[in-house]
Amino acid sequence: MGRSAVPGLLIAFAVLVAGLLLAFMVGRYPVSIADLFDVVVAKLSGHNSGVPAAAQNVIFLVRGPRVLAAAMVGAALSVAGTAFQGLFRNPLVSPDLLGASSGAALGAVIGIYFSLGILEIQGLAFIGGLVAVAAVYLIGSSMSPRDPILVLVLTGVVIGALLGAGVGLMKYIADQYNQLPAMTFWLLGSLAATNVTDLVPLFGPVAIGTLVLFALRWRMNAMSLPEEEARALGVPTGLLRIAIVVAATLVTSASVATAGIIGWVGLVVPHIARTLVGPDFSRLIPAAAFLGGGFLLVIDTIARTVTPTEIPLGILTAVVGTPFFIWLLASVSKTWA
Amino acid sequence: MKSRANISRRKVLTGLSATILVPRLASAFELTDATGRAVAIPDKVEHIFPAGPPASILLYTFAPELLLGWTRNPDPPQCALLGSGACDKPEVGRLTGRGNTTNLEVLIKLKPDLILDVGTINDTYISLAKRVQDETGIPYVLLDGRFDSAAQVYRQLGELTQRQSQAEEFARYADNAIKTVKGRIDQIPDALRPTVYYARGPRGLETGLGGSINVETIEFLGAHNVAGGQHGGMATVSMEQVLAWNPDVIVTIEPAFAASVRTDSVWAPVKAVQTNRVHLSPRLPFGWVDFPPSVNRLIGLWWLAKALYPAQFPEDLRPLARDFYKQFYHLTPTEAQIDSVLAGSP
Repeated sequence: MGRSAVPGLLIAFAVLVAGLLLAFMVGRYPVSIADLFDVVVAKLSGHNSGVPAAAQNVIFLVRGPRVLAAAMVGAALSVAGTAFQGLFRNPLVSPDLLGASSGAALGAVIGIYFSLGILEIQGLAFIGGLVAVAAVYLIGSSMSPRDPILVLVLTGVVIGALLGAGVGLMKYIADQYNQLPAMTFWLLGSLAATNVTDLVPLFGPVAIGTLVLFALRWRMNAMSLPEEEARALGVPTGLLRIAIVVAATLVTSASVATAGIIGWVGLVVPHIARTLVGPDFSRLIPAAAFLGGGFLLVIDTIARTVTPTEIPLGILTAVVGTPFFIWLLASVSKTWA
Repeated sequence: MKSRANISRRKVLTGLSATILVPRLASAFELTDATGRAVAIPDKVEHIFPAGPPASILLYTFAPELLLGWTRNPDPPQCALLGSGACDKPEVGRLTGRGNTTNLEVLIKLKPDLILDVGTINDTYISLAKRVQDETGIPYVLLDGRFDSAAQVYRQLGELTQRQSQAEEFARYADNAIKTVKGRIDQIPDALRPTVYYARGPRGLETGLGGSINVETIEFLGAHNVAGGQHGGMATVSMEQVLAWNPDVIVTIEPAFAASVRTDSVWAPVKAVQTNRVHLSPRLPFGWVDFPPSVNRLIGLWWLAKALYPAQFPEDLRPLARDFYKQFYHLTPTEAQIDSVLAGSP
C-alpha cells in the first residue's frame, strides 16, 4: 500500500502505447512506417495520400479495427478478472468463473450449427454469456447458505460443466466437414475476422461495464475486508455483488462474443497489475485495463504475423499463462498476505 | 437368417475370434484392399454398410440398392436431386471419422454383407477396420478416397459386387473426365495458371492448406493455392494475409460470403474481386468442390476447370451436369434445376 503507484500506472500505460505502436506497424501485408504515417496524417488533415488503396484499406479497415478490438478485449477481460478476484477474495479466479465463457461458447456453437450469419452468432454468444451468469446467480443465491460466495462459485463450476457438455453435444452432431472446424476455431479464440462493424457492439458493453466497475472502486476496496467489517462500514455487500457481477459479465460476454474464448488474460493480468500498483482498486482497475490491452495486442500481433495462417489466441495466451500460473501458485501466499 | 445373427452376436459378446465366423460367409474370393489387407468377400454382396459420407455417396451413385442407409439423411433440397428412392433409406450413423455414432450391435442387426469405407488410408483407419471386422465378423473393406483414385475405386467396387461391367461405365467416366481436363491443362504454361484462394467460413477467412482434402481438386487442376506453402488441413487466415496474397481467383462454398464479397470495401482491392472472378461452388445434392470428398467432385472438376481456365474450357456446363446427374444420381434434372444448382443455391 505504501509504495507510490504513479510510476506503476505510467508503466502500465506505456505498455499499452507500445502494444498499439507495435500492432499498427507490423502485419502480413507490407505497409512501411512512412506509408503508415502518410496515410494517418492525410486522413487527419483531410488530404489524399499517394499510398495505394490496398494499403489504406489494410490500415483503416483491416489492421486498425483489429488492433482496437484486441486492445478492448484485453482490457475488458483484465478489468473483469480484477473485479472478480476482488469480489471473491481469491487470486485464482478468472472472469469466466460464473459461466460467462461457457454460456457464450454454447450460444456461438448453436449459431454455427444453424449456419447463422456472423452477427447472429456473436449476438447468441453475448446472450448466452448473460443468461448463463444470471442462471448461476439465481440458483446460487436461492439457497441462502452460510457462505454465499462459496455456493456461488460451486454453482458456477457445475453450470459451467453442464454448458460444456452442451458444447460437446453440438460439436458431436455438427457436420464434420463444415461446421466442426468453424466451432473449433471459435472456441480457441481469434480476432482474424474482426472488422469495423464489430467495434460498436464491442465498445458499448465494454465501456459501460468498465465505467461501472471504476465507479465502484472505493466500495470494492471496502469489500476486500471481511463481510462483517464491510457491512459495518456501510457497504451493502449483496447489492454491490450484483452490480459487480453484472458489469463484469457485460464486458466478458461482449469480449467473448467478438473474439471467442481467450483464457488466461483475465487471470494473469490482474496479478501483474497488482504487483505494479498495489491493491487499491482506483489504481488497480486502470492499470489492469492498460496492461491487458497491451498484453493482448502483443499476443494478437504474434498470432497474425508469425505464420501465413492464424495461431489461435487461446493457445498463445495459455502458453504464456501456464508458466505464470505455476509461479503464481508457488508465491500466492506472499502476494495476497 | 435370424438364428445366424443371434449366434454371431453371442460370439461377439463372448469375444470369440472372428475367424470362426468366416465359414458362414461362404467366401467367394479374397480382395486386397487399399490397406494391403486381404479381405474375404462373400459370394453375394447385396447390402453394404457405408462407414462414412464418402462411401455412402460412392455406393449410391454406383447402385442405390446396395446402400443400406445414409450416414446422415439427405435434406429435402438434396432429395429433390436424387433419384431411385434415395431418401427412403434409413439413417445409419457414422462408423469412422471424428465421432463414431454407429452402435456395433445395430450394425450387426442390419446384417450387411460388407462394410465399405472410402477415405484416408492411415494406421488409425487400418486398425479401426481390423477391429470392427474382428468384432462383428463382417468383412470391412477400406478403399483409397483420393480424387484421382475414383476410377480405380469403382472398378474395385465392381469386383466386390461382381458387377464389373456396370462399374466399368463409371470408371470410364472418371478416367475420361480426368484425362480430358488434364490434357488441356497440361498445355498451359505455369505462368498462366492462376493463383487461387479457397474461401470458407462466414467471412471467407478459413482456407485449405496445401495437401488438404478440401483443396484437392484445386491443386489437382494445377492452379496455385495461395495457402499451399503450408501443409495441413483447414486453417484461419487474416484479411491482411489475403490482401497480401492478392489471388487471381476466389473459389468459395459459402453463399453468404459470395454475396457480400463483391460489395465489401475490405475485399475490394483483391484482384479476384476486381476482375469478377469469385466463384460460388454448386452444392446440390452434394458439394462440387469440397465436401463430402467423394465422387461428387467429378462433375465439379469441369466447373472448377472452367472457373480457373475459362479460355481452355468454353463448353456449356449444363449438358455435362445433366449427363452426370442422370448417370450418378439416377435422375434427369430439369433445366430450371440445373440453373439453380449452377447458381450455387443452398
